[in-house]
Amino acid sequence: MRVVSQMPIHPYIPNSDPETKKQMLDTIGVRSAEELFSTIPEGIRFRKRLDLPHPMSEYEMRRRIEQTLSKNATSSELLSFLGAGCWPHYVPAVCEEISSRSEFLTAYTGDAYSDLGRYQALFEFQSMLGDLTSMEVVTVPTYDWATACGDAARMAAIATGRHEVLVPRTISPERLSVMRNYCGRVAEIRLIEYNPQTGQLSLDDLKSRISSKTAAVYIENPSYLGFVEAQGHEISDVAHRHGALLVVGVEPLSLGVLTPPGEYGADIVCGEGQPLGLRMNFGGASLGFLACRDEERFLSATGHRLITIAKTERKGEWGFTYVLPERSMYAARERAASITGTGAALCAITAAVYLSLLGPQGLRELAETIMQKSHYAMKRISEIRGTKVPCFESAHFEEFTVNFASGMTVRDVNRALLKHRIQGGQDISGEFPELGRTALYCVTEVHTKEDIDRLVDALQEVLK
Amino acid sequence: MIQDHETGYRAVVWNEPILYQLDRRGRRGFTVPATEDEIKAKAGDIISQIPKAMRRSEPPRLPALSEPEVVRHYIRLSQQNFGVDSGIVLGVGTCTMKYNPKVNEALARSPKLTDVHPLQDSENTQGILEIMYQLSKWLCAISGMDEFCLQPRGGAHAVLTNAHIMRAYHELNGELEQRNEIITPVLSHPCNGGAPTVAGFKVITLYPDKETGVPEVEALKAAVSKHTAGMTITDPYDTGVFDPNIQEYVKIVHEVGGLVAVDQANANSLLGRLRIGDVGADLCHFNLHKSFSTPHGSHGPGSAPVGVKEHLSKFLPVPVVKFDGNKYHLDYDRPHSIGKVAGFYGVIPAILKAYAWIMTMGAEGLEETSEVAVMNNNYLVERLLEVRGVTLPWVEKHPRRLQEARFSLEQMKEETGVGIDDVNRRIVDFGIQKCFTSHEPWIVPEPFTPEPPESTPKEDLDRFVEVFGQISDEAYTDPTIVKKAPHNCAISKIDATPSKDPNKWAMTWRAYIRKRK
Repeated sequence: MRVVSQMPIHPYIPNSDPETKKQMLDTIGVRSAEELFSTIPEGIRFRKRLDLPHPMSEYEMRRRIEQTLSKNATSSELLSFLGAGCWPHYVPAVCEEISSRSEFLTAYTGDAYSDLGRYQALFEFQSMLGDLTSMEVVTVPTYDWATACGDAARMAAIATGRHEVLVPRTISPERLSVMRNYCGRVAEIRLIEYNPQTGQLSLDDLKSRISSKTAAVYIENPSYLGFVEAQGHEISDVAHRHGALLVVGVEPLSLGVLTPPGEYGADIVCGEGQPLGLRMNFGGASLGFLACRDEERFLSATGHRLITIAKTERKGEWGFTYVLPERSMYAARERAASITGTGAALCAITAAVYLSLLGPQGLRELAETIMQKSHYAMKRISEIRGTKVPCFESAHFEEFTVNFASGMTVRDVNRALLKHRIQGGQDISGEFPELGRTALYCVTEVHTKEDIDRLVDALQEVLK
Repeated sequence: MIQDHETGYRAVVWNEPILYQLDRRGRRGFTVPATEDEIKAKAGDIISQIPKAMRRSEPPRLPALSEPEVVRHYIRLSQQNFGVDSGIVLGVGTCTMKYNPKVNEALARSPKLTDVHPLQDSENTQGILEIMYQLSKWLCAISGMDEFCLQPRGGAHAVLTNAHIMRAYHELNGELEQRNEIITPVLSHPCNGGAPTVAGFKVITLYPDKETGVPEVEALKAAVSKHTAGMTITDPYDTGVFDPNIQEYVKIVHEVGGLVAVDQANANSLLGRLRIGDVGADLCHFNLHKSFSTPHGSHGPGSAPVGVKEHLSKFLPVPVVKFDGNKYHLDYDRPHSIGKVAGFYGVIPAILKAYAWIMTMGAEGLEETSEVAVMNNNYLVERLLEVRGVTLPWVEKHPRRLQEARFSLEQMKEETGVGIDDVNRRIVDFGIQKCFTSHEPWIVPEPFTPEPPESTPKEDLDRFVEVFGQISDEAYTDPTIVKKAPHNCAISKIDATPSKDPNKWAMTWRAYIRKRK
């Protein structure tokens, strides 16, 4: 027998009051709601009580969860130098003021008649990302950089009809894994060697591997290991000479000081929008962007939605609509070039707010500040005996490699640093064994000189 | 004078310019944190360290605005957006537009969540790992599956993940080359056909029987073979019809060595009533942004954990949260894992909010949720069928529906020329969000698919029916009102030509400026 519901009238369920229920069931013409489930065959009905706790009041629940969350250490309690795909940046209060607006938060898929705000904010997001990257087409965003680069590689394979994508061996291992999953049978991913002194992509290896089978060359700038890939133009030339595309993955704040990929020949650009006004959230509030040249062969190679600005019947109004909506998986089903689904719109609206606050000068100053601080940190850490910082003789943006030539493993160093309430950089010794005992450190505008000096002092003690 | 199209509702009309039109060179909305002099001195001329070819020659052409201007602009845009908190959104079926509790939002804003880095030593992330672990356990209890992975970030992403798991399973058995087909009923969500193709499978589509609205068992029997990798199916369908053959399908697919993945996007009506694991599903997913009350965020981020039976656990994406009885940790040591389907571990804020929602509902609340959601829907079915021009396909075979129902305005369209697109432009004049029509192909002509979840008050249902009745009256007496709609919204009818015209579409302001010339 079914356990009789003990549920009191729940604050989230208006019609659970007995009188309303009775009225509604009378209108339907049934005696109990149970009758409405008769469409499910009895043999497969679940007739027990779910093995879940009893309902809690808001107060009890909140208190319980706050207690649980208190076991996490925040970046103000733990001085952290982690990046590796999720970066600590200051989030202006305005960003959260707007992203908390329930009109944005609780909406979904209305047309521009009812949801003009969403369309316009997303169009502004697309526009600003277009200016950052020097691309004319930016799609409605996807989940994160990893999935965006997977989509970009797929798109390149479909647009060219070729089945191989060349990527640098310095690619983020996580992104490589997702790219491989996303490309499935459409393209094989092959790794290109890097110059051990500089980290730069080996042009020789690229030239020896690229062929008429190559759909695209994918590079990251800055690379996962923090250095700037300086050969954008050269790589672009090699790719294009073979009829392949250039796909570039970027961290967007770096574009305050770095040449936009569109200017060195990128056909498709992707990247991570988390630095644009989104907090770290344990890696859970990310935003993947995807941009390309304004050519139909690219648009038809992706199922991602595209919002275009449009006119309306009344003068002076802006309207918006979707471009070639038949491409999306919603319409194309098994003919779609990629998945289309609930993406990251609220994160993109937040990123639009962030970029409009920063403006052109703010973005440049921020990128410069990040570089100054990370370079100060690099220089200070490199003065400690037994370290090599960075591993590569190249320009760096906000992340850099720290090699511990002395006896300690990164794991041991990080354990020792934790005693100083410092979280050291990400251990990449397993991901890049050829680099030895190496960690990936990240320093941004949120780190003060005092923070960096504290790290240096602690490292000095740990490595003594 | 009161115009015919007046409804008593008026949307906010700001005619807000595009941000770029508000550009005032020299203004700024943000001060960059200061760099200490010692840092500047030691870092040196930083820009000159960037190789010349990679130095940005001029700043990006972003608009420049002060902070109050930015705030006003985006507040105005938010006022021109319509969410669950704004008014009636019950027309938006398949989306389960339920109330998003405010306390869950407040919890998700805690720095104890927002300011935590995903790669911190697990010693310092025990709280969030515990929540992830516990939510997975609860989803197992709700679904009857054995293990969950929280990484997928939306429904389509979850189906793609499940298709990859099917691949890995057949690959390990040495049968991937042979098993290259996935079967799906067309009334399943489109990603059930689309995502397996993206994963490299050939897709076979089953169409519903004209009489019953569900595929015939014989059709599936004819479709399966040694090439069958599996089946992807949404049950109940977006028609609100529960496919009673589901157990039979599972049996047929299993008999030929295939796997069954059930898309539980429409699970709101099943909570505590049916566990898909008990029916024999090998894989499934839930949409936390549907059944589990996390907000839709104007189209994401959502969250769609996948659940599998034990024989597929080893293929789940890495990492999986483990508990050794004392501490939680992330387990990457899973040699058969399909790897990663996205960065890090999932949409953490949504995971927290769903966890909080389950805690406030409990087992009893989940049963009450499905009960009231299904009651609301059947009440709406009963009342909407009073409206002239509205029909419900398969009504005789399926007079009762679960979470939603797919109606048709075919009759209204034939009799008045007014179809669902017109009605959808008109209904927003009343301060009611437009209805979801149908994914393609439109099996039901002139379709609309409302879904009134448990958080919908009866008064909203009555108002929705009343407005539908009024629009129907307009269609039958003065259809131009409906044809020319909207009248009371932020903007008038959109000229959609840029949608198809490469010379007119502009996805960025820079493209618009170039093409305008």
